[in-house]
Amino acid sequence: MSGEFVVFDRVQKSYDGETLVVKDLNLAMPKGEFLTMLGPSGSGKTTCLMMLAGFETATHGEIRLDGREINNIPPHKRGIGMVFQNYALFPHLTVSENLAFPLEVRGLGKSDREAKVKRALEMVQMSEFGVRRPAQLSGGQQQRIALARALVFDPDLVLMDEPLGALDKQLREHMQYEIKHLHENLGITVVYVTHDQSEALTMSDRVAVFNDGVIQQLAPPDTLYEAPDNSFVAQFIGENNKLPAKVVSKEGDTVQVTLQDGKTCQALSVNCGAVGSDTMISIRPERVTLGASSGANATDGEVNEIIYLGDHIRCRLSVHGNDEFIVKIPNSADHPQLKVGETTQITWHTADARALDPI
Amino acid sequence: MADTTSSDIPTDSGTLQTADGRPLKAALATAQRSARNRAFYLVLPLLLFVVVTFIFPIGQMLMRSVSDPRFIEHVDLGTGEVTPIMVGLRTWFDENPAGTEPDEAAYAALVADLVHLREIRAQGNAGTRINYVYPGARSMFTGGARRAGRLEPPFKDAILDMDEDWADPALWQTMRSSSGRYTADFYLAAIDRERDAQGNIQKVDEERAIYLLLFERTLILSVVITLLTLILGFPVAFLLATLPLRYSNVLMILVLLPFWTSLLVRTTSWIVLLQTQGVVNDIAVSVGLITDESRLQMIYNQTGTVIAMTHILLPFMILPLYSVMRPINPSYVRAARSLGATSWTAFRRIYLPLTIPGIAAGSLLVFILAVGYYITPALVGGSRGQLISNLIAFHMQNSLNWSLAAALAGLLLGGILILYWLYDRLVGIDNLKLG
Ligand SMILES: Nc1ncnc2c1ncn2[C@@H]1O[C@H](COP(=O)(O)OP(=O)(O)OP(=O)(O)O)[C@@H](O)[C@H]1O
Ligand SMILES: [Mg+2]
Repeated sequence: MSGEFVVFDRVQKSYDGETLVVKDLNLAMPKGEFLTMLGPSGSGKTTCLMMLAGFETATHGEIRLDGREINNIPPHKRGIGMVFQNYALFPHLTVSENLAFPLEVRGLGKSDREAKVKRALEMVQMSEFGVRRPAQLSGGQQQRIALARALVFDPDLVLMDEPLGALDKQLREHMQYEIKHLHENLGITVVYVTHDQSEALTMSDRVAVFNDGVIQQLAPPDTLYEAPDNSFVAQFIGENNKLPAKVVSKEGDTVQVTLQDGKTCQALSVNCGAVGSDTMISIRPERVTLGASSGANATDGEVNEIIYLGDHIRCRLSVHGNDEFIVKIPNSADHPQLKVGETTQITWHTADARALDPI
Repeated sequence: MADTTSSDIPTDSGTLQTADGRPLKAALATAQRSARNRAFYLVLPLLLFVVVTFIFPIGQMLMRSVSDPRFIEHVDLGTGEVTPIMVGLRTWFDENPAGTEPDEAAYAALVADLVHLREIRAQGNAGTRINYVYPGARSMFTGGARRAGRLEPPFKDAILDMDEDWADPALWQTMRSSSGRYTADFYLAAIDRERDAQGNIQKVDEERAIYLLLFERTLILSVVITLLTLILGFPVAFLLATLPLRYSNVLMILVLLPFWTSLLVRTTSWIVLLQTQGVVNDIAVSVGLITDESRLQMIYNQTGTVIAMTHILLPFMILPLYSVMRPINPSYVRAARSLGATSWTAFRRIYLPLTIPGIAAGSLLVFILAVGYYITPALVGGSRGQLISNLIAFHMQNSLNWSLAAALAGLLLGGILILYWLYDRLVGIDNLKLG
């Protein structure tokens, strides 16, 4: 199949007829992809998922699944597996009955059902728990059953809405691994919703960063982190130093900018306006070099705070008028020794300073 | 206190002990006792109240249903003095087995007892007691007592001269069964049974059999009312539980509104609506649904009872249902739909089973209330819409046969306890959710 398994085509959604919760969603997913929707609370992730599952209707635009328009197909005919945020395991049915439910409503015979339920339980390593009720399971076990139930009827597409939100850190990491593993083994297509960026980065083939009902950037994790398209993504993913500036001149990919303190530096032109317009320079903390005085971007920084973190040292500096400029110094044998109050030389590559849209 | 590692907990032949060597169980019991005592003292006033106003009267009522000693003793209303009566006759009953033809000695004892009754003016009470089972006995006793002093032996002929009915074996059987302190006669009467002259239990005559019919009617109407409230209440409770708070609050007020109006007002307004010249009939006639001559009889019969009681008991179905439905997460139904269930299957297999505690609680509540309902059937039921409670009230207020009323109420209570037990077996009383 081509890159057209799940398609959102100019989809808009409004609950109240006054504000658009989803503004203009365009998205195409190939079969077998693990796509994560990442974004702050209220950015419309669940709404998108619900439209795909059929519990909300799009106000405008088209949603296609495997080439078919599904706007008017009721949820039970879409054949989409779904893992809910609170798992939604049926409390009055046992684990096995929960798993058998989707098979039963599809009219499968008893022996087929039992075989599939058994296989699904084995898949999530919960074979002994078939006779229990959901209330008798721990959070992580419930989560696995919810996963198994969404997969037991062999759907091509599985939606997961913050499935790991309720678990503790250790279990969450373990389950991230298991979900990823299942995805690879079964070759299913997954749309995953989270607002935990590390979860998104570790699990996904591609991440769609949502804000304000719009996809800010849709890209693989490394691109998202290293080459954010705009200030929101740069700010939302990972740690980021931002320096407000004004474009002075443009030369190919490189722009010359004046910073708040009147000094100039060079940056990569990504998403900035013409000469004279405001911009925001974004630099990752680990891309700043200490103690080097050469290069176009060399400048002074006054040390405000030093935090020892074991594997690295976090250093807060005042740079170009920004008091919150963070530098990460790897804890190597010969790392530079800094003291609070001292002024040090720092620099960065022009390619690592991205000129983005002003906030 | 100091050591809490498991290997150091002192044990004595397998029982755990506290640090100072007391058995752990005993220490725990002491620790919990004071808390329990405090809780007990807090509920003591309520407990006393319930015992005095509820348990004790019910016990008395049940007592009365098996015992009405007005044929064996007389309580003087002024002094409270208790005098044994009918002593001679009771002695004769003790000496002769049931079914013995009353001989001259029996009639002599009867006359002596009647004379005694007149002396202490107890003939009315004793006669009334017999009258419950043997209609007409009261006037025989009052008349007999008045003239007994003047009767000459042989007493049998003298008494039969006075009234032929004194020879009736059924009367003698009644007097015999009334001379024990305890009797099942009232329960027999409550299920349309009586004793024949030999003391065997038999059905009463067709035209006198009313209680079983009324029990049956009460049962059927209560089931119908329960089903109607369930059918009508379920969607309302569902709406209440799923509408946005803004609308559901208004709806809730509408559901509770009847509680703010007097029961009498609600019942009588149904009369206004349903009577032959009432609002409903008028409208039906004016739009041509029925002709003026064929106005529907919707009140003073069972229809009226069912309509009015369904309306009045509806909140008792809606509230337990609502309290069970409210916490049901909508994602259950969504999950079912996403797993491939049609909305009907999702409702039947997922939503409905989750509401069963509410359905059971509401049905139990409405049914129990309906079985014992009194005012509404009395007002709108006519003669064919009367329920068993109306008859209990009749025996309490009009015929003054309190023992029969108590027996009828006892049967009702027993039936409800059986129902409650069944509910516990089927649904589990822990699942009961009333609000
Ligand atoms: N049923 C609804 N009716 C009205 N507004 C809604 C409804 N559901 C969601 N919204 C609004 O739509 C916006 C997006 O909601 P959505 O649930 O999609 O956010 P989300 O990205 O999933 O957030 P979260 O990470 O907190 O789950 C929010 O502003 C929310 O208030
Ligand atoms: Mg959400």
